[in-house]
Amino acid sequence: MTATVESTTTGLTSEQRAKHANRRLHRTEHRWALAFVAAPIIGFLLFTLYPIGFAVYASLTSWNGLGPMTFVGLDNYVTLFGDEYFRISLYNTFFYMIGIPIGLALSLLLALALNRKIPGRTAFRTIYYVPVISSLAAIAIVWQFAYNGDFGLINQVLAWFGIEGPDWLQDTATVKPAIIIMAIWKGLGYSMLLYLAAIQGVPASLHEAAALDGANAFQRLRNITLPMVRPVTFFLVVTNIIAGSQIFTEINIMTPAGGPEFSSASIVWYIVRKAFKYQQMGYATAMSIVLGILVFVITFIQFRLNRRNSFSID
Amino acid sequence: MATTLMKPPTPALKDKPRTGAQRENRLGNAALFLLLAVGSVAMLAPLLWMLTTALKTKVQVFALPPVWIPDPPQWDTFVRMWTEAPILSGFKNSLIVALSVTIIGTFTSALAAFALAKLRLPYKNAIFLVLLSGLMVPYPTIMIPQFVMFSRLHWVDTLLPLIVPLLFGNIIMIFFLRQYLSTVPDSMIEAAKIDGASYLQIFRVMILPMIRPAIAAQFILWFMYIWNDYLAPILYLNTPEKQTLQVVIANLNVEFATQRDYPLIMAASFVALLPILVVFLIFQRQIIESVALTGSKG
Repeated sequence: MTATVESTTTGLTSEQRAKHANRRLHRTEHRWALAFVAAPIIGFLLFTLYPIGFAVYASLTSWNGLGPMTFVGLDNYVTLFGDEYFRISLYNTFFYMIGIPIGLALSLLLALALNRKIPGRTAFRTIYYVPVISSLAAIAIVWQFAYNGDFGLINQVLAWFGIEGPDWLQDTATVKPAIIIMAIWKGLGYSMLLYLAAIQGVPASLHEAAALDGANAFQRLRNITLPMVRPVTFFLVVTNIIAGSQIFTEINIMTPAGGPEFSSASIVWYIVRKAFKYQQMGYATAMSIVLGILVFVITFIQFRLNRRNSFSID
Repeated sequence: MATTLMKPPTPALKDKPRTGAQRENRLGNAALFLLLAVGSVAMLAPLLWMLTTALKTKVQVFALPPVWIPDPPQWDTFVRMWTEAPILSGFKNSLIVALSVTIIGTFTSALAAFALAKLRLPYKNAIFLVLLSGLMVPYPTIMIPQFVMFSRLHWVDTLLPLIVPLLFGNIIMIFFLRQYLSTVPDSMIEAAKIDGASYLQIFRVMILPMIRPAIAAQFILWFMYIWNDYLAPILYLNTPEKQTLQVVIANLNVEFATQRDYPLIMAASFVALLPILVVFLIFQRQIIESVALTGSKG
């Protein structure tokens, strides 16, 4: 008797109860989930969002980092566009990006070569990757010495071929190319690896079908491989531009004074110098905001171009 | 003509072009092998030169014609550098920063990835996208405000500004772990919930073992990144004994270059990149695989 009564009463409310219980369960789940993502959210608010807001305000002030911040409106930005050093450092930063297409082309060729059945290909892959994992500071130190006009490795090797190399880092004409060569050398393995993975993802049947149709190796490269590795190219172009716009370590180590006649100084190098050597924090922040906007715009354009292109292919 | 037609057509058709193509291939591969070998020499030369320079005497560095292989090698450079430069403290500081960041940061990142991939949470995707948008902000844009924040806390010239912000998790790691977790069927987690497991238990007993390979790969990549970091450490660390290894060698480069002690600079730089090189050579398969994954997921 009691049992049936109980069962009927629970039976009446079981649906509602289940709903209640479900809602309660969901609420506990929400709470736990929120607790689990709390750390990155707090980290984002404290160390990214708040600093951005602060930077925007600081860029509108005259400020040495310690004393009071005097609001000056857009003065810093106006000064910026008349600042020849800023203009040159911006030009240098873009100049370094010439290395990006060269590096990508070389690494694609490298990946195509390593995709063939060549003896020792895993060893090659490892060797080409070693510069990627090496500390940039240590690499910059070695290359700085390697570029030494009299005792550096580069000119000693060039001397074998009877070429008398310049004093690379002391010459306005060669300092930027020298840094580009080093950057290509360091980044080659990374792009190669991504390309290799993408190439290996291309179905063999596509190549076989094209070969049967009489397409030669070059045509297959142009019409099959290149379109298939396009997402990787896009990824590498975007990440390289973002990283390239922030080039600093190699500049600061190889040319501590910004190179002859400021010819190697990058934006970030100039920002760091203004902020931490000359204590012009407000002005330096304005430059850093310009850099942030620049990176954002470039990324945005890249994504737009990429979308349009992939539509036209479809 | 007739005889060839009499033969079974497939081998005849396949055999001839294949051998021709194979011979061509073998020739091409030999040429490529040579090219790649020359390239390998170029890739390794600066690093080898770093090592041989470290083993030269101070005078041999400037000898003309150049000394390629120092004889006898000055192994003493690798001994004296520990007392002549703050390399030991640099090692210690770099280890403290890299280990505390990667161990705690990996834990917070994995928890967040679990919640973002598998738990019910309102605005979950919006939260994820906002966190991802942080990747678009270049560090130089926020470094000055961060510096001011930490200097108000009197954290300048300590390792804290290099550690604390990163303990809150790494969005790149969250991204990849979330991706990895999306292959785990929801039903497994629902079943565990019905069995009365708490969310922390599910994470510890079920999720963590499952995503261990992904965590390991991301952990190593992050460790390398922190170990090699240079910009933030030079902003914060002034006292030589408090500097991380990268800052130590960069300062040695300035200080000892005036004394023309290039062997010591090269020895210290070599030692600074050695730990990562060893880690890479041990875990190269995992590292290479997870990096290759970056491109396809990015």
